Amino acid sequence: MKGFLLSFGSEFYKTRKTLGFWGSIILPLAITLLAFVAIYSKSDHFANKPGMMVWIQFSMISLGSMGTLLLPIYTIFVAYSVNNVEHKADTWKTLFSLPISRWAVYGAKYAYAFFLLTMCMALFTLLNIGFGNLLGVIKPELKFSEYHMELQLAQVFFKLLLSAMGILSIQFLLSLLWSDFLKPMGLGFVATVTGVILATNDWKYAYLFPYAQPMAAIKSMIKHQRGPADHFEINVFTQDVYVSLIIAVIVFFAGYVIVQKRSVK
Amino acid sequence: MVIRTQGLSFSFGNQQVVKSLSLEVPAGSIYGFLGPNGAGKTTTIKMLLNLLQASEGSIQIFEKDLQTNRIEILKQIGSLIEQPAIYQHLTGKENLMNRAMLLQVSEERVNDMLNLVQLTSAAGKRAGQYSLGMKQRLGIALALLDDPKLLILDEPTNGLDPNGIIEIRELMMRIVKEGKTVFVSSHLLSEVEKMATHVGIINHGKMMFQGTITDLQNISQPHIYIETDNSVDAANLLKRNQIDIAEVEANHLLVPFLSTQQMGTINTLLVQNGITVYTINKQYKDLEKLFLDITKSN
Repeated sequence: MKGFLLSFGSEFYKTRKTLGFWGSIILPLAITLLAFVAIYSKSDHFANKPGMMVWIQFSMISLGSMGTLLLPIYTIFVAYSVNNVEHKADTWKTLFSLPISRWAVYGAKYAYAFFLLTMCMALFTLLNIGFGNLLGVIKPELKFSEYHMELQLAQVFFKLLLSAMGILSIQFLLSLLWSDFLKPMGLGFVATVTGVILATNDWKYAYLFPYAQPMAAIKSMIKHQRGPADHFEINVFTQDVYVSLIIAVIVFFAGYVIVQKRSVK
Repeated sequence: MVIRTQGLSFSFGNQQVVKSLSLEVPAGSIYGFLGPNGAGKTTTIKMLLNLLQASEGSIQIFEKDLQTNRIEILKQIGSLIEQPAIYQHLTGKENLMNRAMLLQVSEERVNDMLNLVQLTSAAGKRAGQYSLGMKQRLGIALALLDDPKLLILDEPTNGLDPNGIIEIRELMMRIVKEGKTVFVSSHLLSEVEKMATHVGIINHGKMMFQGTITDLQNISQPHIYIETDNSVDAANLLKRNQIDIAEVEANHLLVPFLSTQQMGTINTLLVQNGITVYTINKQYKDLEKLFLDITKSN
């Protein structure tokens, strides 16, 4: 456990000046800021609409863009960036000749990629809540203050995070095995586009394909319910999320077996 | 023995690059692991660090099996393999601090290491902007950071200027005086001869020689290279004066080197007997010639 924590700390120390780390902060900040500007500049259009509606309009800018292309691509990038630090510096050989178990090194690297993704999603949640409330204060005609959906927002971004876990494990392994940029990124991009096509066409088995799961997660987020449409509940643990988690766990352990047996060039 | 391997073999696909290697590295030695490029030195070193899994054979370090005591053994080893592995976007000091964090070493030790390899003034500079020599020195500082009992260095003088080479050599000698062991690979015989106490010579993955530096010197005696206006007459004259001849060619002859006085005597003898001497100098054998001699002596 000590080796794991030391390795995790080292991952932060190594990447704190890289785009891989700052991307997790810049991406949510840029998109929510864009959403803020979009709603602010079109405030007349949204004025006096019900609170729930403006919240949905506002947060769907982040959720829509993340749920379609951005989340899979960002996950591919995170997986690539944490491994690329070692490929670029040719440091796998020193990392694996330290008195730390291979399990700790591999586990900490994966955990750090997961941490970056979690941080990104947490920031999306916080910034959406923050900017939404700010809009309500500076433009009182926007009825943000009349409705609260903090919990639902947290649940949706958490659901998105879970739905990206399958992609994370697969891309993490590919980036670990391949030192070049094109193979894991290219393969991931093609798979993402395929996933988007499958999910938008409502293919019956799209939920089984990891790269379609973020979009499937967005589609399956609203719990079907009866009664008045003045509130809604989020269904976090849907079929696509379970499949994503199962794939993530299987590929993570398969990756460890490969790392354990693999020669370090 | 600090390192003992038995029947160590490794193959890349069908190509066997290390063949039944038996290393014996005594404690407190500077063991020069000598061989031409592509002989299997780096592969052997990677097996010693558990980076490559040997297809056959066993490795014992500090009298313990490497496979079953990996972490305990690696705690006592510092290594530099091929080009130094350095995070280019971090400064020299940050590279050391990162490793210090993993090894739980103090910042004071980091500063000491920077001082030792004379990088204190460049500590805040990004390592990507370092010269090859500076990177190599940083690599050595990284290897020495945890005060290891065994230092494994793969061609550490590559890319260093003559001053740098001397510094590294002196550093190794100093480390050994502290009771540590250094295992250093090189493709230069003259380099190994200057610092090693023990030598292992590898070619095509096979150990060709292993012993003390004195054992090696008995095989790799230098020669006196003589160019004259008549090699045959010169050779006959030297023979008549009880001087051994190692080789006679049309344009030169070789005589086993015994001392500098002997060189002077030969020169005087040749000149006094009317033979014009164009060149006379001491020559070390190159690796190729040494391999031939070792094969012959085996």
